[in-house]
Amino acid sequence: MNNFNGIYNFVSGPLVWLAFIIFIGGSIYRIRNLIVLVNKKERYIYTYMSLKYSLRSIMHWIIPFATVNWRKRPLMTITTFIFHAGLVIMPFFVSAHVVMFHNAWGFSWPSLPESFTDTVTLLVIICSIIFLIRRLVLREVKFLTDASDFGVLLITAAPFITGFLAYHNVGSYHFWVILHILSGEIMLVAIPFTKLSHMLYAVFTRAYIGSEFGKVRHARDW
Amino acid sequence: MTDTANWDWETKEKLVSDLNEWKDSYNWVEEPYVSPDGEKIAAIVNTDEAEFNVCENGKAWEIEEPFEKAYSLRYSPDGRLIVLSAADDEWKPVVDGKPWETIFDFIWDLKFSNDGKAIAVASQTDTEYCMAVNDVPWEDSYTFMTCMILSADGKKSASSVQTIPLGQAEVFKFQEGAFTAAVNGVPWDKNFVNVWNMAFNADGSSLAAEVRHNLYDYTIVVDGKPWNTVYGCVWQPIFHPNTNAVIAPVKLKDGWTLACDDNILWDSRFTQVWQQMVSKESEKIAAIVASSYGKWTIAVDGKPWNITFGDMVTDAVFSPDGSRVACIGTDKEQYTICDNGNAWDMKCDMVWKPVFSPDGNKVAAKIDKNGKRTIAVDGRLWNKMCDEVWEPVFSPDGSKILCRSVEDGKYYRRIIPVNEF
Amino acid sequence: MALPYIEYEKNIIDQGLETGTERLTKERIAKVVDKVIGGETGARLKAYVDTCVHCGLCSDACHMYLSTKRDPKLTPSAKVKRTMSVILAKKGNVSPAFIKKASEIASTECNLCKRCVQYCPFGIDIAYVMSVVRRICHLCGVTPLYIQDTAHSHSVTQNQMWVKEDEWIDTLQWQEEDSREEIPDCRIPLDKEGADFMYSVIGPEPKFLAQLLYQTAIIFNAAGLNWTMPSFPGWDNSDMAMFTGDSEIMGRNKRFHYEAAQRLKVKKIVMGECGHAFRAAYDMGNRWVSWAMPPVPMVHAIEFYYDLLKSGKIKVKEKYKKSVTLHDPCNTIRGRGLHEKARYVINELCENFIEMHPNREHNYCCNAGGGVINCGPPFKKKRVSTNRIKAQQCADTGAEILITPCHNCHSGMEDIIGDYGVDMHVKFINDIMYEVMEKPGLE
Ligand code: SF4
Ligand code: SF4
Ligand code: SF4
Repeated sequence: MNNFNGIYNFVSGPLVWLAFIIFIGGSIYRIRNLIVLVNKKERYIYTYMSLKYSLRSIMHWIIPFATVNWRKRPLMTITTFIFHAGLVIMPFFVSAHVVMFHNAWGFSWPSLPESFTDTVTLLVIICSIIFLIRRLVLREVKFLTDASDFGVLLITAAPFITGFLAYHNVGSYHFWVILHILSGEIMLVAIPFTKLSHMLYAVFTRAYIGSEFGKVRHARDW
Repeated sequence: MTDTANWDWETKEKLVSDLNEWKDSYNWVEEPYVSPDGEKIAAIVNTDEAEFNVCENGKAWEIEEPFEKAYSLRYSPDGRLIVLSAADDEWKPVVDGKPWETIFDFIWDLKFSNDGKAIAVASQTDTEYCMAVNDVPWEDSYTFMTCMILSADGKKSASSVQTIPLGQAEVFKFQEGAFTAAVNGVPWDKNFVNVWNMAFNADGSSLAAEVRHNLYDYTIVVDGKPWNTVYGCVWQPIFHPNTNAVIAPVKLKDGWTLACDDNILWDSRFTQVWQQMVSKESEKIAAIVASSYGKWTIAVDGKPWNITFGDMVTDAVFSPDGSRVACIGTDKEQYTICDNGNAWDMKCDMVWKPVFSPDGNKVAAKIDKNGKRTIAVDGRLWNKMCDEVWEPVFSPDGSKILCRSVEDGKYYRRIIPVNEF
Repeated sequence: MALPYIEYEKNIIDQGLETGTERLTKERIAKVVDKVIGGETGARLKAYVDTCVHCGLCSDACHMYLSTKRDPKLTPSAKVKRTMSVILAKKGNVSPAFIKKASEIASTECNLCKRCVQYCPFGIDIAYVMSVVRRICHLCGVTPLYIQDTAHSHSVTQNQMWVKEDEWIDTLQWQEEDSREEIPDCRIPLDKEGADFMYSVIGPEPKFLAQLLYQTAIIFNAAGLNWTMPSFPGWDNSDMAMFTGDSEIMGRNKRFHYEAAQRLKVKKIVMGECGHAFRAAYDMGNRWVSWAMPPVPMVHAIEFYYDLLKSGKIKVKEKYKKSVTLHDPCNTIRGRGLHEKARYVINELCENFIEMHPNREHNYCCNAGGGVINCGPPFKKKRVSTNRIKAQQCADTGAEILITPCHNCHSGMEDIIGDYGVDMHVKFINDIMYEVMEKPGLE
């Protein structure tokens, strides 16, 4: 038990700090590098940027079924949106997270009912499995897939799997909680330095191509 | 240059010819051209089916046979009228109604020496190409010819020529170099992959050209000898009128700049540099540059103007003493004149090359506004909006301007005091 | 009826690729990759390659993938994986044989049509990445023979077809002469300074398709337009150097083209029905030069025909009777949004217009574009085979006439409908407009 407590305190204390520092620092570093690179070598890009068309493009692509390709692949669209919504929004509203935050900082916000977050967790896990199956079964996706793509999928699914197991007290609760926290930290750290950086870059690539299509090409990019 | 001193600077207004009457005499009248002094106006006219002639001041040339084809009608700087004409598939330049003796299978690209005494054309006979100046073709001809030029005094002509035959899609042979420059028909002894735009020095004794050694390495060649350095790209070189040094835009890793005799001339780097020019008087060097992406201006001795134009900058010219530069600047499809970094407060639909007064204090230009043509001086419009005008000419003392215009189909020659603008 | 799949030889021999590869060393590859990746490219390439999550959502965008029993090697992202990803991962330490394959992939397995941009959630521009691969291959000297020859032609003559300066003028004068049988005072005015617009075309028009110049002369004269064409280089708006990766020659071509317009003091350039030339002049070559947008407005024929019909300058005598369908050229539709104007024009000219599906910005590329057709005979079978879907799309309309307002598409579509046995004829808008319009000279 003591052992668990020590590890728990470590992973839920200093390691959290460290993870957030690396995540935020790393993200700023990656985005900064990208912008520095634009300024150094591709300043012309600014000439074509347009807020209106950036937003037009981003809005179409973050709304399910708002683009031709989202409509053409309903299963993938539903999977993608549930997965990403679960991934990005959920962590803020799981009651355990809110409670922890309250204990540490003394303030909190409403959380979602546990039955709901539990269902979403399960859905995210199912989505991950669908992603895995796609990578293994669909020829065109299989051809594209590298080992690292499985790794990245595992990194993102792990916090949900461990959280789910912990919540349902499968085996040792402490064990899963520690793994849950650890996997969450790994994911945070991985964002700036793996393919998960698409989370940081997506808004830029979309904004750029949206601007080119809107302002120069006068055509839709969805 | 043309001497304007003995032109008529006194007669205020002359109705030279009524083009409406021409239209009654011919099936159709093509676009007219006027002589430098404004005393004459001419056009190619159709007299019958596939029969053409040239009409000058209402009178057709007296020629033995009508032309079957005629194009490229122009006045030379010394006021002679030239057309490129054909009959029975034989092409000849015709000067003031008199044809050259030499017959060609085709001619094009009419050029003049500065004083107009030399007239040059590019020619093709039996699918061989050469230039011809004042009725004398080069002794040698080539299978391919581009980028023709004539020296200021008209004594030298040059072009980029192909000296090695190339079969269809012989890309690797092409990359070994099949082109060179020929001066008065005599080729340089070194070949290049490409030889492009050339320039003669002031007395025509040297020729410089932009070349590509292979598909990647660009440089400048002077009289057949390439510079040692290769650049990412280059544009047309020029000679310094006083020192004979060769100055060319070159592309370095960090941007475009000017090089002089293979040394970097300007410290500044631009996203584009071209059409550099040197003033013989002030020895200042100016060029059209993009000071940053999509922002065009003029740089003088490496220093860009503050004002920039989003569309383009063209037609730069030094004042006679070399102290000022004027050019055309275009932003959002609106044209204006920019005089030493100050844009005229006038937006036009088109502007022609600015003209400095002899003392360099005034700038005049032909402009197009709302489909009408007129002349502007220092940003002020002439009070007449015409169907057509030609570029303004200042009198030698700079007090008057020769205005050549067509109004309601009538061609007028007017002398307008500058202070009336 | 489903069209059959046509097998093609996977091992294609192209003399440009072969000889180029023989002369290539690993040292040169390393230097080139350093120059391009280290020097010429930047955030775009990096963001695209780093952001691609290998999801395969772009697959269905590509006509080649859809046409080849879903060959996983031909999805947009797979083309990057097989080329740029390897070059980046190995930091340029790749073999000449690899560059040869990369050149074949980039030059003949991607039309740079940008359809996949509209299918990737991140808007990853595969066409751009393929252009960078082509740039690397150009600098390595490994490019398909036929397209390289056209790039050479551009470098010497500033036109695509080795058309000599006298041949150009002679052709125009000959078309002008012929046109006088229909309109006695018909003209193709050369070097008319201060005309309203300059008309520019691509090299193949004077070389093989002079009747298009003839028809255009009739259309413009009937509409009473004040126009001109240059007698000097700069008349050709096309650009194969853009597609071989020879950016310097592309920039030079565009400089000649726009300077011709500047010299003639025209307010705009109107160009014939060509897609890639529009792209070169509108958002590729001009950018190399540092003209953020065309310095002289560039109007594609579709837009110009629209203006002519809308303003009543051209009137239709009797609409075209045969049923027609329209292929939307990528470069003017995805590249300039002219799809509705094209439909207006066709509906004004033709009685019976049948849409193909998908259409407008979501059209399938003809598979000729991006310089693929210019890679010539060695790759023809492959080009036809990898665009079965386009032939199917055309066949499904049941139309008699296929209108393609783009030269590359036009030739590409002729090959495709020919080889799949689709019973259709390919025409330009120009052909139909000439046929159905009122010609004042004749009344
Ligand atoms: S051909 Fe078009 S859809 Fe296919 S990869 Fe290239 S740009 Fe994308
Ligand atoms: S290019 Fe876009 S759609 Fe295609 S695999 Fe990469 S991320 Fe997915
Ligand atoms: S050739 Fe036609 S369909 Fe193909 S890329 Fe060009 S414009 Fe598109």
